Amino acid sequence: MSALASSDVQAVWLTLKLASLATLLLLAIATPLAWWLAHSRRWYKGIVSAVVALPLVLPPTVLGFYLLLLLGPKGAVGEITQALKLGTLPFTFAGLVVGSVLFSLPFAVQPIQNAFESAGRRPLEAAATLRASAWDRFLSVALPLARPGFLTATILAFAHTVGEFGVVLMLGGNIPGETQVLSVAIYGHVEAMEYDAAHWLAGGMVLFSFVVLLGLYLAGGRSWKMAR
Amino acid sequence: MIISALRGKAAAALVMFGLMASSVSAGEVRAAVASNFSAPMERIVALFQQESGHTVKVSLGSSGKFYSQIRGGAPFDVFLAADEALPKRLEQEGLAVSGSRFVYALGKLVLWSAQPGFVDAKGAVLYRGSYNRLAIADPRLAPYGMAAKETLEKLTMWNAMQEKLVKGENITQTYQFIATENAELGFIALSQIMRGGKVTEGSWWVVPEELHKPIRQAAVLLSGAKDPAASRAFLAFLRSEKAAEVMRSFGYEVP
Repeated sequence: MSALASSDVQAVWLTLKLASLATLLLLAIATPLAWWLAHSRRWYKGIVSAVVALPLVLPPTVLGFYLLLLLGPKGAVGEITQALKLGTLPFTFAGLVVGSVLFSLPFAVQPIQNAFESAGRRPLEAAATLRASAWDRFLSVALPLARPGFLTATILAFAHTVGEFGVVLMLGGNIPGETQVLSVAIYGHVEAMEYDAAHWLAGGMVLFSFVVLLGLYLAGGRSWKMAR
Repeated sequence: MIISALRGKAAAALVMFGLMASSVSAGEVRAAVASNFSAPMERIVALFQQESGHTVKVSLGSSGKFYSQIRGGAPFDVFLAADEALPKRLEQEGLAVSGSRFVYALGKLVLWSAQPGFVDAKGAVLYRGSYNRLAIADPRLAPYGMAAKETLEKLTMWNAMQEKLVKGENITQTYQFIATENAELGFIALSQIMRGGKVTEGSWWVVPEELHKPIRQAAVLLSGAKDPAASRAFLAFLRSEKAAEVMRSFGYEVP
């Protein structure tokens, strides 16, 4: 571990903090959104689905650039945050959280939506005949049935945020301890031809991600079986 | 008189023939160019193509990235870097033709704000501290970032400035930070804001040369060049007075 400088250790912690926070927020936002998308028959459902999927289309640095415009002092959102005395979001940790949530939204919404859809309406209707309230039906029928979807969404949202680069680079300004996450730190080392430091960080990142993903998939295998 | 007229015609015919011959053997030059040089490069390429009949394909990016790519066998013929060190290194590694390296432009550092009247003509705004963010290019990656760091060190402001610094990966990103006013001001290349010999937007201070080491941008012919003749012709044109004129109009000095 002596190969890691203190700024690198800081980047590791910052990345874990960012990925955890973004994943929690994503689950909180994606669950009602996915529920609505799975069950709504409104004509504008297609439009909402398309908007959710948009971050898949834009190159991350381009998305980052538009966020820089939108969240900046002259942007629509920036003017609101300034009016609320919150300052502007670019170059702050909070800004990265906002960027990450937007960027990973399709990765969280789509698996949950698929899970809700494949469970179908029948279990819910059955529960309704047993006089379960809407809230009860959601908590004790829909959510457990959609468990594999939630697991996939959690894995993808977390992993995608850890590996995120373009948006963070553009929106973050590479500030140690505030916005200098792992991917940006590795990139800096590679570009500065400090290959040793880059290898340590990149190797650690691959290993860590593999272990986390493996653990989740192993746990998932069990819960997938339980769900059936 | 008649003879000299005839001679003139013969010379003209020879020139015509020469032009036709050269257009028959029109080559292609694949150039890897540091992003700070993108605007003058476009003009220089247009002039060169018109004059020589060769075509030039330009790829823009950071010098460090190009260095890695060239080492990995990237298909480029000439490399116009933002510094002197990387072309030199390629030369030492046998990836560039030795003796082909020369400094084509001297870059100028400028402190710029997108807001008119924000930066004064002497850069005193730096001391006033009436700003939250100062953007620079990453000194480890970009020569203009290194020059910005040297300047702040010379002004004994580097340490005190750490809280306010935001770093772009390259000089283009740094420009975007300032242009979108997410950073009130920052250090970029004069060439990024100079068009037709003058700066038209925002406010600026051209950093005096004694505050940082000169930004010497070197070009080199790469060993893997597919069409060395056309590539050499382009490098020669880069040293011509015509090219120098273009560079000066974008705020570069020419060695």
